Amino acid sequence: MTIKGLTVQKRKDAPAWLEVFIPVAGFILALLTGAIFLAFLGVSPFEAYREMLISSLGDSYGISETIVKAIPLAMAGLGVMLSFKMLIWNIGAEGQIFIGSLATAAVVRYFYVDNSMIMFVLMFLAAAMAGGAWASVAGYLRARWRVNEIITTLMMNYVAIHLVDYFVYGPWRDPGSLGFPMTAPFPDAARLFQFSGTRVHLGIVIAVILSLLFYWIFKYTRWGYEIRVIGENPKAADFAGMNYLKNVVLVMFLSGAIAGIAGMTEIAGLQGRLQHGFSAGYGYTAIIVAWLARLHPIAVLLVSFLMGALLVGGDALQIVMRLPLSTTLVIQGLILFFVLGGEFFRRYTIKIITEKEPEKWRS
Amino acid sequence: MAFRGSGPLVRMDGITKTFSGHPANSSIHFEVNNGEVHSLLGENGAGKTTLMNILCGIYLPDAGNIWIKGERKEFRSPRDSILSGIGMVHQHSMLVPSMTVWENMVLGLDNLSQFLPKKQIIGEMASLSSRYGLQVEPEAKIWQLSIGEQQRVSILKVLFRKAELLILDEPTAVLTPQESENLFKTVFQMKNEGHGIVFISHKLNEVLALSDRITILRKGHKVGTVNTGETTREALAEMMVGKRVSFTILKGPANPGEIAMELKDIFVNNDRGLPAVKGLSLQLRRGEILGIAGIAGNGQHELCETMVGLRKSEKGNILINGKTLKRFNPKNFIAHGVRYIPADRKGTGLVPNMNIQENAILKNYWQEPVSRGITINWRIVLDFALSIVRKFNVDTPSLNTPVRNLSGGNLQKLMLGRELSGKPTVLIAVHPTWGLDVAATKFVRDTILQEREKGAAILLVSEDLDELIALSDRLAVIHKGLFMGITDEPERISRENLGLMMAGIALEEIQGNEVRQ
Repeated sequence: MTIKGLTVQKRKDAPAWLEVFIPVAGFILALLTGAIFLAFLGVSPFEAYREMLISSLGDSYGISETIVKAIPLAMAGLGVMLSFKMLIWNIGAEGQIFIGSLATAAVVRYFYVDNSMIMFVLMFLAAAMAGGAWASVAGYLRARWRVNEIITTLMMNYVAIHLVDYFVYGPWRDPGSLGFPMTAPFPDAARLFQFSGTRVHLGIVIAVILSLLFYWIFKYTRWGYEIRVIGENPKAADFAGMNYLKNVVLVMFLSGAIAGIAGMTEIAGLQGRLQHGFSAGYGYTAIIVAWLARLHPIAVLLVSFLMGALLVGGDALQIVMRLPLSTTLVIQGLILFFVLGGEFFRRYTIKIITEKEPEKWRS
Repeated sequence: MAFRGSGPLVRMDGITKTFSGHPANSSIHFEVNNGEVHSLLGENGAGKTTLMNILCGIYLPDAGNIWIKGERKEFRSPRDSILSGIGMVHQHSMLVPSMTVWENMVLGLDNLSQFLPKKQIIGEMASLSSRYGLQVEPEAKIWQLSIGEQQRVSILKVLFRKAELLILDEPTAVLTPQESENLFKTVFQMKNEGHGIVFISHKLNEVLALSDRITILRKGHKVGTVNTGETTREALAEMMVGKRVSFTILKGPANPGEIAMELKDIFVNNDRGLPAVKGLSLQLRRGEILGIAGIAGNGQHELCETMVGLRKSEKGNILINGKTLKRFNPKNFIAHGVRYIPADRKGTGLVPNMNIQENAILKNYWQEPVSRGITINWRIVLDFALSIVRKFNVDTPSLNTPVRNLSGGNLQKLMLGRELSGKPTVLIAVHPTWGLDVAATKFVRDTILQEREKGAAILLVSEDLDELIALSDRLAVIHKGLFMGITDEPERISRENLGLMMAGIALEEIQGNEVRQ
């Protein structure tokens, strides 16, 4: 038998071991490709990866920093996951994070009460309502007039980001900030609880609760069932009497509300003030988190932790190895490219064509 | 047309293909000669499509060889197969709707010049059209054509590519009796010119009328090849199913009760916003079956969707049990006992990626006891799904199996079980036996008749005239959104007259002509 070539064929069902093997293999391939890239930069790939690993997961400080990055990713990831489940493409989590933080800062500025419990409830509700309302606009346009939500949510990101800039450069700028675009530091009652000795804040508790809550909703509730049916087959959902418009707006509201809360915990829990560009693209990375987690609420937590580690490791590359930021981005990009690209092998199989001795035909 | 080469036109030998452990074809031998119509007969899932997909280069066989005119070939892509003179006319149109007929004709050819030789193409088309009786307007856009015309374009397209072997996949499913007659004429003409034709079907009458030889497949195995002259309908059915089958439908006398559902002067638009149903009225009585015949695309689909609340009517009233409906949403219709067997099982009726339990509760997930507060009681769902699976003989490995893995017959049984649980007042069934095997077809027909006995009002839309005539108590023919006539004695109307009505001639007119003659 001689090999004649390759052919690609569709799989009917992917075996279970592939579900694990493909992302792991993708990750390893990404590191290998990244190694070539690092070697060209004159850096030892082994050193660089070791640095990334140690800085992010090597000690308790590294792990706590990883969790800090994972919190907004997990929350925004849960938010977009909810909309993706229904095949509504909310890619506006970034803007919803900004609007949530803007509402938080507004509450701190205009409704400040010197009680951390009351402040938490106020900030939580304000951020959720603002983020939710912001996203619902796109949801309603989509459900009622079929306006493409990808475009509207994306465009509204810019509006939200610049709206925050207007306030931090203008009326809300802290006169004592030496010209930096940021508000004054929040008073103590407007700061979220932080675990002692770390920067990990109350947001982690909210993220875990939300994750478990969504797991329960999708598994056991009537509404969760509706969302899954609408996402899997909108026509069948219609046929079963499920209300598409109502659910699209509701899901977009919740999706935006959760992202808004992520904005609130980020500024009230971590940074203590609202400032220009405070979210490092968490809302966009959240989209990737949701996909890598295959829209599973518990998996979103795990994936955001790994993604957080990648971000912390990337920071270390910049600081310790003196590599530019773009190096980190390249490595992150490679990992996503390989892991997501591996999806192809879940759906298709590659066959080797061999030359067989032609049998004689009996006639 | 002169064909060179020796040996049979196509010879497939020892073809084996396995999909994740399930043999779809196991060492199948199949051959077609020039000037022969060879039918491939078998139930759904028997392996007909897999075998033909292998011949068309869509799948590679795990084992086995293909010879074209004595020359061994290996088809690695559809292109290889087309170049060897094999052309398939698919059941569903593979044409580009927004392009013209002649543009579709050359679509995908790779030896074309940048500037299309339009005159030459149309000229060549015209000569093929007249030779094979495939009349079609070259400048028309595909979307403007009827399904039958689109099929003619698909056949022309294959001939245009100089195919020697034509594979016709269930071609009559979408045609009127007259259109089927014309298709048969075309097939005979192609045969006389030396083409080989593979005719895939599960309609025994057509297979017997058309073919020279018949190969029967069952569960991936070849049962045998017979010469058409030496077999009978019963023998074929037995080979196809593996046991004796009865074709008789036991139907008791009609016992129509009060009117369960009534439409008054209903107007409905299609998806493009054009009128599809134009002022139609009908009454559905308890304990009777109203059959609706018609060529696909004449408003049946829109009519049925309106009757279950999936589509809003522009004008007119719908009454259920004598009361005018106020709210036109599916939930309200479900609450009034309207149940629906849509034609599009996986598209509308079921959620393919969800399992049997989740699909079983699609119509009652909000009702007690399935729903408890805001949660779903999965323990009750399990029992409910199990009762459907048992009562309706759904063949499945487990209740957690995604329904996409079920065969057409089992999908339909699951859906019937779900829709008939609880007591339906009205049942709208669209193509309920389409694509089902003989046993499942019988099961579905018997079940529908049982519902009739139990007093449900049933509307049956089907493309199978035999089925409509056998099951219906009254039979209406729809054309362009209007009834061309309703008969109380479906068994007494001639096929020819049904065909004329399907083509748009009103029953009174036909009867008027008959009287005059």
